[in-house]
Amino acid sequence: MPHDHHDDTEEMVARVRALETVLVEKGLVDPAAVDAIIETYSEKVGPKNGAAVVARAWVDAEFADWLARDATAAIHSLGFTGRQGEHMQAVFNTAGRHNVVVCTLCSCYPWATLGLPPVWYKAPPYRSRVVIEPRAVLAEFGTVVPEDIEIRVWDSTAELRYLVIPERPVGTEGLAEAELAALVTRDSMIGVVRELSV
Amino acid sequence: MPASAEHPFEQPWQAQLFALTVALNEAGHFGWPDWAERFSERRAEALRADASDYFDHWLDVFEGYLGELGLAEEAELAEMTAAWRRAADATPHGVVLSLENDPLHSISADHSGSVQT
Repeated sequence: MPHDHHDDTEEMVARVRALETVLVEKGLVDPAAVDAIIETYSEKVGPKNGAAVVARAWVDAEFADWLARDATAAIHSLGFTGRQGEHMQAVFNTAGRHNVVVCTLCSCYPWATLGLPPVWYKAPPYRSRVVIEPRAVLAEFGTVVPEDIEIRVWDSTAELRYLVIPERPVGTEGLAEAELAALVTRDSMIGVVRELSV
Repeated sequence: MPASAEHPFEQPWQAQLFALTVALNEAGHFGWPDWAERFSERRAEALRADASDYFDHWLDVFEGYLGELGLAEEAELAEMTAAWRRAADATPHGVVLSLENDPLHSISADHSGSVQT
């Protein structure tokens, strides 16, 4: 029997509308709060909060040190609070080590700093393969990591989420913090990209 | 594996579902790890490689979870879903969709009020 995608979508729409009607009628959720969450995650958060964290770590050694010791507190100090009470750990790229983040279970992701995960992050191929063959997976993102650089794969959980701190690109000594933040991409903070372009 | 940036939601209902879940969590009705555990179990099974079933699974698990928490029963959700479906079918294009467009809406409203003769 052919599968009608349009009907499927209408069914999902009706089910979600029903959920909202029931939860609102019972006073369990406030419709204004629901709208605010959609707006926040669709338009406001994005990865720019994470980029601000990285840029601060680049210009402020004391902050970088704090971030390495207690990322949850350091990130909160910039006003970015995890909505689900999760803890954060910052993992720093160095000349000899590259970090990449995955959630093999589902798609735990640092929403407060990176917004919502991209589709490939939630997809089975990435989740299963990056653990087994990180070098090959990174190469598919155009990131060729030389053999003498170690790759560490960090598997997120609902309680603990990772943020990769990429290395500051050379030749950016004269840039202001906001200009530096603009260089930091989402993919570099997941770790599928290593070099940032200036 | 594409590295391009894309919108996290393919369709508005997915954003709505995500936000409802977060709102219910923030209102203190469940702990996120507890929900994530159930969702992960479902996501550990056979999956479409493009993750296009991600929010389908989210919805399935979330509906069941609401029953488990005693916040909404399966039958109640099914009934409300049917009402929205009827409303959608009865609403002409260009008119804002509302539950009041469900042809059975006034009947059920009457049932809760005075008896019709």
